[in-house]
Amino acid sequence: MLQTNNSMEKNVSNPKKEPTILFVNKEREPLFSKKNRKLLSDPMDDNNPITVQVLGICSALAITVQLKPAIVMSVSVMAVMAASNVIISLLRNLIPNRIRIIVQLVVVAAMVILVDQVLRAYAYDVSKELSIFIGLIITNCIVMGRLEAFALGNGVWKSFLDGIGNAAGYGVILIIVAFFRELLGSGKLLGYQVIPDSIYAMGYENNGLMLLSPMALITVGILIWIQRSRNRSLIEKN
Amino acid sequence: MEAYLNLFVKSIFIENMIFAYFLGMCSYLAVSKTVKTAVGLGLAVIFVLAITVPINFLLDTYLLRPGALSWLGSQYTSLDLSFLSFIMFIAVIASMVQLVEMIVEKFAPALYGALGIFLPLIAVNCAILGGSLFMQQKDFAGVTESAVYGLGSGIGWLLAILAIAAIREKITYSNVPAPLRGLGITFIITGLMALGFMSFMGIKL
Repeated sequence: MLQTNNSMEKNVSNPKKEPTILFVNKEREPLFSKKNRKLLSDPMDDNNPITVQVLGICSALAITVQLKPAIVMSVSVMAVMAASNVIISLLRNLIPNRIRIIVQLVVVAAMVILVDQVLRAYAYDVSKELSIFIGLIITNCIVMGRLEAFALGNGVWKSFLDGIGNAAGYGVILIIVAFFRELLGSGKLLGYQVIPDSIYAMGYENNGLMLLSPMALITVGILIWIQRSRNRSLIEKN
Repeated sequence: MEAYLNLFVKSIFIENMIFAYFLGMCSYLAVSKTVKTAVGLGLAVIFVLAITVPINFLLDTYLLRPGALSWLGSQYTSLDLSFLSFIMFIAVIASMVQLVEMIVEKFAPALYGALGIFLPLIAVNCAILGGSLFMQQKDFAGVTESAVYGLGSGIGWLLAILAIAAIREKITYSNVPAPLRGLGITFIITGLMALGFMSFMGIKL
């Protein structure tokens, strides 16, 4: 991640290739300045949307039985978030404050409809599996929360990065949870068996409990536990 | 009548919005620190769900689903507007929430203050949109059925948030490992409660 960023930064410092024309920036900040990189990396850990900001839990738990839907979901959320963050950020000076929630909902809903139609066309099985949860991206608190907290007050490029960063932070948790649930629950990853038959022959059995919904909650609880014992500054005062 | 009762019980306990589908978790986690605000939000959710699900059912039956427009004339029978359902549902929900917000502000200002930002955010409570989308998926026969489903889901949500709020009020007095305090322990308790709720599975009246 960092390496690609660095190489991009070199491109930016080269005046001939300067892409900032697309996003007019008064301070002439390089595209991947330290502050902007922080927008991308913060949501991965210190400011993770799921474990710290408590946003977007609903879908994170329900679709993590297997790895594949979790990945598709993260990519869809990333597309919706990046696009709607950019649109709202472009419109931010035009939207009257009183009706901003409805405007945001309409923008997000339009994006989600697009994603839904694309998934139906190109990945019908997964879209069937995700059932209503694609539609629920509309009400995914991450999208709305970041629109409210960030895109309404920041420039286009920053909002774009914030959208990508938060969606990635969301995706990381989703994929970790799905990895453990699929591995321990059905001995598979992405649908391929990874636990060899010889281990089953020794008496190992899949833990069916991992496939049930309560275990998603407990897995996230344990993830939070691990994260906060590593990063003590996140501990809540009681 | 029996079918309605069955659906009602099913939507409260077996298909509980929180414990079975994790819908509305965000506000569930954020507003469950005290019982009082939890009850307020729960009641608002019941109200909004019980109204929006039947309205969206009517919209779905007479506007959106394939062939729904046949009441306009035979040339419209082939139309399928179901791709618009997300946007229609969310519009109905957002306007209903606006209504509830105004009612609460007028008649219960204290509650309005306590709910704060979470009242407008009911619009983006997954449980509300989830109720409408499940209604669409379940192919209910009539408007009463969908109303019963909406009401039941709302009551199930209230039950869940009430239970967790009561537990969280008590847990402040116990010695939870520091990294688990707050969010972590709430997740694990909810998981255990969900395990408990699974024992309702298969109950039929």
